[in-house]
Amino acid sequence: MIAAASALAMPWLPAAPDFRGRLRALRDSADATSATWNEARLLANSQGDFTQLSALDQVVRRIFADRQPEGLAADPIRLALLGSSTLTHLQAGIRVGALRRGMWATIYENDYGQYLQELLDPNSGLSQFQPTAVLFAFDARHITAGVHASLGASEVDAELESVCARIADCWDMAHSKFQCAILQQTIMPALPELVGGNEFRLPGSRADFIGRLNMRLRELALERGVDLVAIDRRIAQDGLQVWHDPALWCRAKQEVSFAAAPFYGDLVARLIAARMGRSAKCLVLDLDNTIWGGVIGDDGLDGVALGHGSALGEAFTYVQEYALELARRGVILAVCSKNDEANALEAFDRHPEMLLRREHIASFVANWNDKAANLRAIAEEVNIGLDALVFLDDNPVERGLVRQELPMVAVPEAPDDPALVPGMLSDAGYFEAVAITAEDRQRTQLYQQNREHRTLKASATDLTSYLKGLEMQLYCRPLDQSGLTRAVQLINKTNQFNLTTRRRGEEDVLAFVTDPSCFSLQLRLTDRFGDNGVIAIALGKVQENNDAIIDTWLMSCRVLGRQVEHATLNLIAAEAGRLGAKRLIGEYRPTPKNDMVKDHYEKLGFALISRSVDGVALSAIDLADYRPLPTHIDIMEG
Amino acid sequence: MPDENIYAQLSEIFHDVFLRDDIVLTPETTAQDVEGWDSFKMIEIVMAVESRFGIKVKSKELDQLESVGDLIRLIAASRLTLND
Repeated sequence: MIAAASALAMPWLPAAPDFRGRLRALRDSADATSATWNEARLLANSQGDFTQLSALDQVVRRIFADRQPEGLAADPIRLALLGSSTLTHLQAGIRVGALRRGMWATIYENDYGQYLQELLDPNSGLSQFQPTAVLFAFDARHITAGVHASLGASEVDAELESVCARIADCWDMAHSKFQCAILQQTIMPALPELVGGNEFRLPGSRADFIGRLNMRLRELALERGVDLVAIDRRIAQDGLQVWHDPALWCRAKQEVSFAAAPFYGDLVARLIAARMGRSAKCLVLDLDNTIWGGVIGDDGLDGVALGHGSALGEAFTYVQEYALELARRGVILAVCSKNDEANALEAFDRHPEMLLRREHIASFVANWNDKAANLRAIAEEVNIGLDALVFLDDNPVERGLVRQELPMVAVPEAPDDPALVPGMLSDAGYFEAVAITAEDRQRTQLYQQNREHRTLKASATDLTSYLKGLEMQLYCRPLDQSGLTRAVQLINKTNQFNLTTRRRGEEDVLAFVTDPSCFSLQLRLTDRFGDNGVIAIALGKVQENNDAIIDTWLMSCRVLGRQVEHATLNLIAAEAGRLGAKRLIGEYRPTPKNDMVKDHYEKLGFALISRSVDGVALSAIDLADYRPLPTHIDIMEG
Repeated sequence: MPDENIYAQLSEIFHDVFLRDDIVLTPETTAQDVEGWDSFKMIEIVMAVESRFGIKVKSKELDQLESVGDLIRLIAASRLTLND
């Protein structure tokens, strides 16, 4: 017998004395009062295994009869949990994760495997539920159903695109339907390797596919303002055996193990809280034995452990480094210490190994008052709520006092070894953020602009009407000075839809503009939702034998599947014809990244002429009887 | 062979899982006898047993689990194996 994996702990939560007894007292009190809610919240902020949290969840739901208690600061969460396998065992952890943050959550789970049907059906339980957040949690087997070890690279690439498109469609449908936050759980790397360390050499490896997909999900999530529940990162840290039990999967189609379910719930709850602006904003640091070793008032400037020379000193440097990085990304830092202010400030000003300096500290409180009062003063000075504070202190007495006086302040258990503090703070997710910069806010706007676009895509019944409805216009003109910079940028960064991947500087590109036997095209696409910018570049040269060689053809993958390649070929053919060419020659030069256009010319009606040993393929199409390919795109000049 | 200690710990698990302290277990107790003991709770019980006793129930054993007696035998047998 193998020993069972122990529960995935949340060591920053303090142990609750007599959890079982207090839970039973709560059960028997049965009063839907704010005192009951606060006690439940305290228990949710304590160490507990799956059974305890599940029982706590049962009690809270029974007492409050599935309605949120009155007077909560945060709006209730209505989360739709949509997936391809059983997710019921994750519900309690999510609700308790919300309770931990003082929020009430109601969860809807789709009928087994029916997420797509429920999204599409206007009368489904999901539609009636009207969620304020939707979490997609697809299991690894479901998502890799179209992949197997005998597939070739191009088939797997196509499958990857298709899976991405299907997932993005789900996001779009949910977003246009509910106008709510969209969360996507990254795919669990639960499937065993077939090759080993070099798994990537087998295109059809499901294990490798999941890795690639999770990378793509990050790109897509960035584009669309979707928040990821990144269990793949957690698993890299905690180990798969904690997160996944193959026997449980076989028995009940539950992919996330019971041991990890409370942690999973916390990951989800902290993301939703972050979206609602309820993450902590300020890290309040004690000083002695928290950011340096020893007591500055006793040991003096030279006596405290900090920086080079000792393991302990290095460990405190690591704590300061992490705090500084948090500050650089927007977390406010404050100091709350029992010290003479002069001693404390001297360390900040004069200790050569201090990374944190006075200018990093928004509120500096060093005195002999009790810490609860000082934390109130800090919150007031920084002008944020007490519930936006995280208080880091090595002293269990101070921690206990603050927890009792100010239960809304997050007070993590501090590890004995300062070297473990940064990891603890990161794991606890107090400062979980979804939008950090001005750029992020812009992305949100972008998402809103695109909302209409997605609604249309989700409701279109067939491709033709979808493409027609897009009202696409392709603006075509030769390259010129004004478009040169963008063209060169595209030429040097486009990897996937790039037939020859010839990188060129401005001078080389200009040669195509000035040579009368050459043609150059820059194409800009607009549709009813806006301007996509320059999305394609083509360069070509007509040789003396009247063959026109397409030297460069690249396109942005954003506009794939919209017949833009057909329209582009029509334009290239027209240009080549204008320059007297009789035949158009397309060239494909394989790279590790452009497999998607391997059969590009053949698909457009070219005939293969030759393929060299290194895979360079030449294909030709006659221009004498070239008939423009039909598209739903209007061609414009300019 | 099932000892009192296993019974006591198993009872505590049942009391915690169902949050009812009046459940009295006998070897013959099955899902029919405990309100709310469905397939979902069964898995929760098995997980709690695994974590409490430090054992891992095999897929074949899972399929054959029906009564409290089955659970007791499983725990006792795996403890023997562990002590080997």
